Amino acid sequence: MDLSLSTRTVGDRTVVEVGGEIDVYTAPKLREQLVELVNDGNYHLVVDMEGVDFLDSTGLGVLVGGLKRVRAHEGSLRLVCNQERILKIFRITGLTKVFPIHNSVDDAVAATD
Amino acid sequence: MATVELRFSALPEHVRTARLVAAAVARRAGVDESVLDELRLAVGEACSRAVALHQRNGRDGAVRVALTEQEKRFLIEVADEAGPAHAAGAAGGGGQEDEDALGLAVITGLVEDVEVGHGDDGGVIRMSWTISPASADA
Repeated sequence: MDLSLSTRTVGDRTVVEVGGEIDVYTAPKLREQLVELVNDGNYHLVVDMEGVDFLDSTGLGVLVGGLKRVRAHEGSLRLVCNQERILKIFRITGLTKVFPIHNSVDDAVAATD
Repeated sequence: MATVELRFSALPEHVRTARLVAAAVARRAGVDESVLDELRLAVGEACSRAVALHQRNGRDGAVRVALTEQEKRFLIEVADEAGPAHAAGAAGGGGQEDEDALGLAVITGLVEDVEVGHGDDGGVIRMSWTISPASADA
């Protein structure tokens, strides 16, 4: 399965809905999307990962890169994920401390620092 | 001899194939369903790392994945032809090395029995999982 990406705006947040597999082959597409959004002035991102079937360290690297970019503009990058097998990857790499992870897009959109 | 052996050109688009094959062979060998997700991820990480090392060192060549079913363990060996270890360190940029470290962190976090080695041709990652007797009988 390939990677699917779609974006929409909710208030001052930009929600990126990701589906499929994020791996060494598809991660560059996600990176391009995040870079483009930040370059266009979207600094508060919500990455919805509910439709993600597979995530590896390349994908994690892209998300960390995205976080770095939005933070340079005092922005935020929040994740939406309820899937245990995906959450486990964030836990073993210690990235649960780096990313705010929410149960739903509504929660992520409503969240403030 | 490996139960199933796979060789692919060191390109990102083939890593998914390696994941799928490894998981299918492991399932058939009787590796517990609950660890197949971890196994798939670990193989993917090992193959991604191998592909990245090839790209970084400007080397063509293949990644070899050997899947071996033993009586009580299922072994996976992922070997690259990216050259000796020191070449990787010398040519790598900071960001790439970070990703490499993250990949290894995922592998060592997931797999209890893992060994990372280097030869003249390149690196090799050996991992193994228990075969659960109940599912092997099925």
